[in-house]
Amino acid sequence: MKIRAQIAMVLNLDKCIGCHTCSVTCKNVWTNREGMEYAWFNNVETKPGIGYPKDWENQDKWKGGWKRLRSGKIQPRIGGKWRVLASIFANPNMPEIDDYYEPFTFDYEHLQKAPELEAFPTARPRSLITGERMEKIEWGPNWEEILGGEFAKRSKDANFEGIQKEMYGQFENTFMMYLPRLCEHCLNPACAAACPSGAIYKREEDGIVLIDQDKCRGWRMCVSGCPYKKIYFNWSSGKSEKCIFCYPRIEAGQPTVCSETCVGRIRYLGVVLYDADRIEAAASVPDEKELYQSQMDIFCDPNDPAVIAQARADGISDSWLEAARHSPVWKMAMEWKVAFPLHPEYRTLPMVWYVPPLSPITAAAEAGKMGIDGGMPDVRSLRIPLKYLANLLTAGDEAPVASGLERMLAMRAYMRAKTVDGVIDETIARKVGLTAAQIEEMYHIMAIANYEDRFVIPTAHREVTEDAYEMRGHCGFSFGDGCAPSEQSGNLFGGIKLKNDKPKMGVL
Amino acid sequence: MRDAIFHILFVWYPYVALTAFLLGSLIRFDREQYSWRASSSQMLRKRQLMWGSNLFHFGILFLFLGHAAGLLTPKFIYTLFVTVEQKQLIAVIAGGLAGLICFIGLTLLLHRRLYDARIRVTSTYMDLAVLIILWVQLSLGMITLPFSLAHSDGSVMLILAQWAQGILTLQPVDARTLQGIDFPYLAHLVLGMTIFLIFPFSRLVHVWSAPVWYLGRRGYQVVRSRRPLGAPGVKPTPSQAAE
Repeated sequence: MKIRAQIAMVLNLDKCIGCHTCSVTCKNVWTNREGMEYAWFNNVETKPGIGYPKDWENQDKWKGGWKRLRSGKIQPRIGGKWRVLASIFANPNMPEIDDYYEPFTFDYEHLQKAPELEAFPTARPRSLITGERMEKIEWGPNWEEILGGEFAKRSKDANFEGIQKEMYGQFENTFMMYLPRLCEHCLNPACAAACPSGAIYKREEDGIVLIDQDKCRGWRMCVSGCPYKKIYFNWSSGKSEKCIFCYPRIEAGQPTVCSETCVGRIRYLGVVLYDADRIEAAASVPDEKELYQSQMDIFCDPNDPAVIAQARADGISDSWLEAARHSPVWKMAMEWKVAFPLHPEYRTLPMVWYVPPLSPITAAAEAGKMGIDGGMPDVRSLRIPLKYLANLLTAGDEAPVASGLERMLAMRAYMRAKTVDGVIDETIARKVGLTAAQIEEMYHIMAIANYEDRFVIPTAHREVTEDAYEMRGHCGFSFGDGCAPSEQSGNLFGGIKLKNDKPKMGVL
Repeated sequence: MRDAIFHILFVWYPYVALTAFLLGSLIRFDREQYSWRASSSQMLRKRQLMWGSNLFHFGILFLFLGHAAGLLTPKFIYTLFVTVEQKQLIAVIAGGLAGLICFIGLTLLLHRRLYDARIRVTSTYMDLAVLIILWVQLSLGMITLPFSLAHSDGSVMLILAQWAQGILTLQPVDARTLQGIDFPYLAHLVLGMTIFLIFPFSRLVHVWSAPVWYLGRRGYQVVRSRRPLGAPGVKPTPSQAAE
């Protein structure tokens, strides 16, 4: 057993209002540069829909994630190492910028400078790549907003698998939900495995997956390797870039920008401990439906004394262990089991989890045909098909999602009984396998969602590995390398060599 | 005058080019890692790239290795297996085929870069220069083929090999030995050295980084840590070590 810690995220989709504040604040901070105009480290999609880039969930097309070989081993779906190198000259599985969208601006100046005209002047779009006029904008990071477009197109959504989808094209039966998406900072990142340069790595301390911009040579295999299509090729710099989980903020104990600015307060950040020795085994289980459970099985209980002892031996500090015991992510994913991984069948063991949304009861209920189970509606009669959510979150296994939704309904019923009727009804809690105290805590964390309950982020302990005395005065006169010399040890022209500034790198 | 020009072009220039190539690459690698990349334009336009890039790269790699082996293998070694005439015939046929493949690919790439608006406006002057120089260089190489067939005894090949080996062993041959050689060969040589000269200042540096080491990557996951890797007192498990 080797315990590592990760700052993981949960998004409570039940409260997402699709306002895109997360996307916009992220964009303003991280991707407002030439070459990255088309990239959204965080984007919010309306589901059902084929999304951004087009059809990203269709792994028959894009070949993202891992596949399990007959031998029981897993390898990136794009192929083994020889296959990856063979496609290095022209990657057959890579989206083109039009699959995302051609970035554009508008001719705003025309609004001010136009001469007197019969018609109002308009600001027409202009490509940010070629600078030429664009007659039509074809796609974007949120093209299918609130079910925009025809059902025939959005019903190509891969999550409709196994669903008689025709009926959901009718106005009366239509449904939708929002899905904010960012890098999953996977335990088993396919992007890192596919990177021929070894530039993509997972940070041992907090699990954040990063691309070393100096080491990246732009071979583009990560773009294909990532099944969530959350690695973006910067056409200007020739390097791949991705969500960095706002690591400078995380290291300082602050939430990511998307989490901080979320007006619906749907995002949670907390520590999860996991057993790094069992990553490969957990990602290799034969049955895709087992992957949700196998990922939970390698999470380690932060209250278990044996886990605490091992974590200390593995170099995890007490402040992180303390944070792990208060982690909202642990509570939602492991204690209440209301949060689920996004597409566990990709075998990446993602670490951004989602609480599925409740939805209005369908027309069937009004007609009296719906089963009411002790004051609570049957989750199968909710407007969003259970199978759809299961395809999204549990590789099609409906039972865990149903249980999660039931617990959220129970939370509502319990709190309604308590605050409206003034009755503490423990039977509601017991019916869904929880205690009254647990329901109260669920309510506190998920409904009230105070800042300090949503974000339990221990600061990075740089002081343990860095000699602050040696670092002092580093931002003075330098050899053009910025504050400290670049990561290489010294440089050709006698730059200063720092003893302790360089992260240790290796393949574990 | 003619002697002096030949001396400058075939005795001095190779060393200028090689020095710039090696020192330039080293300094850029040391100072400008962020600029060290393949500069793929596939994201902007896939069309013409799938065929163009694959054909071009296959051809150019074959030609590069062929030139290296053909020019630098000492005569007494290869004559153990083939005669000089046979070697030249092999070189003409294999090089001609690879050259044709490379030519098709390179022409596709050059056409794409010049006539696709997206690619054109996002290209640097160096991107264009590299493609054009390679295209001219390849054409020159192809033009020499009929000349080679005209003197099938391999005499020109021997002179060129001697020159190349002389440069690399720091014992350059007298440049006057090259004076009898047809112009396309000489132009091919000069432009070839120019490619070495501009190499560190262009996207060509990605050649140094051909990620062959990927094939030998062992272990499961690339990890970085500020602590010593593997954490205090914990060794990788046997299954990981064995992988």
